[in-house]
Amino acid sequence: MNQFVRFTIDGTECMATRGQYLVDAARENGIFIPTLCNFPGVKPKGSCRICSVKVNGKLMTACTTPVAEGMNIENESKEITELRKSIIELLFVEGNHFCPACEKSGNCELQALAYRFGIMVPRFPFQFPHRSVDASHPRIIKDHNRCILCKRCIRVITDESGRSIFAYRKRGIGVEVVVDPKLGKQLTEELAQKAMDVCPVGSILVKEKGFNIPIGERRYDKVPIGSDIENLQITKI
Amino acid sequence: MSKPIIATTSLAGCFGCHMSVLDIDERILELIELVEFNKSPIDDIKKFTKKCDIGLIEGGCCNSENVHVLKEFREHCRILVSVGECAIMGGLPAMRNGIPIRECLEEAYLNGPTVVANENEIIPNDPELPMLLDRVYPCHEIVKIDYFLPGCPPRADLIWEALVALVTGNEMKLPYEVFKYD
Repeated sequence: MNQFVRFTIDGTECMATRGQYLVDAARENGIFIPTLCNFPGVKPKGSCRICSVKVNGKLMTACTTPVAEGMNIENESKEITELRKSIIELLFVEGNHFCPACEKSGNCELQALAYRFGIMVPRFPFQFPHRSVDASHPRIIKDHNRCILCKRCIRVITDESGRSIFAYRKRGIGVEVVVDPKLGKQLTEELAQKAMDVCPVGSILVKEKGFNIPIGERRYDKVPIGSDIENLQITKI
Repeated sequence: MSKPIIATTSLAGCFGCHMSVLDIDERILELIELVEFNKSPIDDIKKFTKKCDIGLIEGGCCNSENVHVLKEFREHCRILVSVGECAIMGGLPAMRNGIPIRECLEEAYLNGPTVVANENEIIPNDPELPMLLDRVYPCHEIVKIDYFLPGCPPRADLIWEALVALVTGNEMKLPYEVFKYD
């Protein structure tokens, strides 16, 4: 069977390895499909729906759908863009995202996506939910106000035997991500920093440190999220 | 043709957004050529003396006076613009939204670490004082707001571009670097 498949994204001819997830296949073709819950190296979840695309007219999450021969993918149509914008807006109103007071501002993926989509104000009413800040762990602060429940930390941060150090607690609307009390001790300094970096928002913060990159030099200060992918030099075969 | 008239106010804000207006530097001379100011802390006109074209609102609504001023602006201005995070989503004052109002007042006037000389344990309650609202409201949840300029404060270039676009009727230039939430 041929190892490569041909498909189109918004009419552009693309090529990728069979079985690659759409997000990765698009990246290799210099096309950015926005993601939030997805993280390289761990199994995709498809939970945030930001990466939704239309495959042959049907909505699918690009992070969980493997590419196949002849797919027609719609990525930047008005409908898809509106859908993504509304997801971002819902995430903003659903939590307490005070960007001016957040240590992650400028390096935050949720914020960067909002910049990319030019969201001036969410069109939904702010919920101002009552959430707490958990600073009980010696190394990190877990701010539930900012958590978008993407499960990245749960999936990426594990101890030596592969057990997740972070875990879900409670259910339904009250669900929150916490450090597993039994495994908390295994969160080394290195892992704590990794957890902060893995978090797409400012929900996991390393203690006694913050605002160490000046404004103007942060990750998304000068260039929009995804521009690294769009500026890739692609050699067309 | 007469110049467009601008009014500005600071509700539950820190005046940072007004400072950012001044941050347009020498373009302020151009601005004076382009527009006329009415009620605004910039020229210290306290009351509306005529109908305005553009109202710039800094800060959200945390008390009854803010709501009163905001409604007055809506009545007198053709176009209202929420300037800055506080006007758009409550901003830092809205961090009290998860805390009951009684707890906030007790912390501020009775129990807080910086409270001194309040022997009679009085929480100010004079009828002259504006009443605190149950929470801080974004301006667009009180009146209709036409445009939004995010930032804490919005970059001077963003305010300038928006004002020029509104006054001249041209489309706004929006470079990536000037569009920030912090």
